[in-house]
Amino acid sequence: MNYLLPAAAALALTATSALAQEVVRMGTEGAYPPYNFINDANEVDGYDIDIGNEVCARAELTCEWVTNDWDSIIPNLVSGNYDTIVAGMSITDERDEVIDFSVPYFPADPSAYASMGEVDVASAVIAAQTGTIQASHVAETGATLVEFATPDEAVAAVRNGEVDAVFADKAFLQPIVDEDADLSFLGEDVVLGDGMGIGMRESDAELKEKIDAALTAMKEDGKMAELLAKWFPEVDPNF
Amino acid sequence: MFEFCSDPSALGDLHWMACYLTTGKHIAFYWSFGTVLLLLAVTAPAALAFGFAGAMASRARIAPVRWIGTAYTSMVRGVPDIIFFLFVPIALDQLFEWLRHKTICPDWDQPVRQGNDFVVCAAAKLPQSSAPQWIHESYGFALAVLAFAIVFGAFAANVLSGAMKAVPRAQMETAEAYGMTHGQAFWRIMVPQMWVYALPGLSNLWQILVKATPLLFLLGVEDIVYWARELGGSKTSTFAYPHPDWRIWYFLALLVFYLLLTSVSERVFARLARRLSHGQATAAGEKLRKAAA
Repeated sequence: MNYLLPAAAALALTATSALAQEVVRMGTEGAYPPYNFINDANEVDGYDIDIGNEVCARAELTCEWVTNDWDSIIPNLVSGNYDTIVAGMSITDERDEVIDFSVPYFPADPSAYASMGEVDVASAVIAAQTGTIQASHVAETGATLVEFATPDEAVAAVRNGEVDAVFADKAFLQPIVDEDADLSFLGEDVVLGDGMGIGMRESDAELKEKIDAALTAMKEDGKMAELLAKWFPEVDPNF
Repeated sequence: MFEFCSDPSALGDLHWMACYLTTGKHIAFYWSFGTVLLLLAVTAPAALAFGFAGAMASRARIAPVRWIGTAYTSMVRGVPDIIFFLFVPIALDQLFEWLRHKTICPDWDQPVRQGNDFVVCAAAKLPQSSAPQWIHESYGFALAVLAFAIVFGAFAANVLSGAMKAVPRAQMETAEAYGMTHGQAFWRIMVPQMWVYALPGLSNLWQILVKATPLLFLLGVEDIVYWARELGGSKTSTFAYPHPDWRIWYFLALLVFYLLLTSVSERVFARLARRLSHGQATAAGEKLRKAAA
């Protein structure tokens, strides 16, 4: 009798672990419109979220969204607090060493400078978000880099004159520049990274397979182009 | 919230404001004040307990215990908070999951560390992936309390051990002369008298703790500063309620909140100091004695 009890417990545990695998926790930043943001109803919203939900529907996964600070978004993924990063994260070699990326779900989009007047971007003081490809780019150009924790703060720094220009994804800056008469794009766009992908742990090969399959299917049947057109009227939907 | 809020772009200023201030996001902001107060209410006693244990350990008569106490206070105090909060909760979480992994899944044949990844069996995950979001949030909150208690406990340990040393030696000698054991003298004579010496240091720590809650977002707990920054940031027409940079107003609201909290704490600490000075061989105690006489 005593032997039966642990066996039953083990059985119950395998049952729950089978269930537990179905839930995929999706990590995002929630501060980078229109990629991902918290809408007024306090729900995550944006292109990343639409893509993630569509992937989950197609791969038949139950998904739960979690927001996490950009600074600690990769450490929390590898430590298993959530299973994916869908946060407009560009695929770069440095990141690829630590985590795995899906096929891109957003093209290698140009990054752009925005400022309130003419400045020389090669020698000016430039704001960028900490830990982004834009921040590494500015550091390489010889301009003075000022880093901010959120992209919104980087833009605010231009408005209040703390820095000369902000350097960020053009698709993020576009609505901001459109709606603010004082801000304008400056100089030439710079194409960085290899597009944006869904980040996963390197040990999660099975999940990567499912997500890649769903993303490829979405790209082929036009769902991805539809979502791109919804959130990014300026970006070529058939990348 | 209100019925007229269905189309924000068509509203007059007053109605727009009423709708804006009652969005789901703002309600979450209002609740986060409760989160912060709850965190303080739980963390302060926990940190005091850590501090007391640390102070006792650092004056223990058994050398290894003393070493642990000294190592705890000097190491934790020397590490910058932000590094501590990036590292310790993740490390603690992994430790708990690893211990569960060892007991629940003894048959697991893959390594726990695979490159950068930390992989335990699904049943050992804390909390379970399938658990509802509020359990994940409570778990994050508990880790935050623990991390805060460890950090602030180290500072409190130093304050308390200073306070223990400040109790006049003559008091302890008298206790020994009455035949009290070491433990009895400690609990009956030193502990009741040390608080008055510890109070100024502890009240400093409390004020620092009150302002340290923005570190919580590193752990995914959304506190008032996170929300003020998030809500105040300029919003384009992607949002239902677009507005320019309003952070100054949100931060002004936080300023008022923090000043109120400070002023209430000051009053509480003043009363405590008065109570604890009763019958003490200190200037404040002497003053109370004269006033009564």
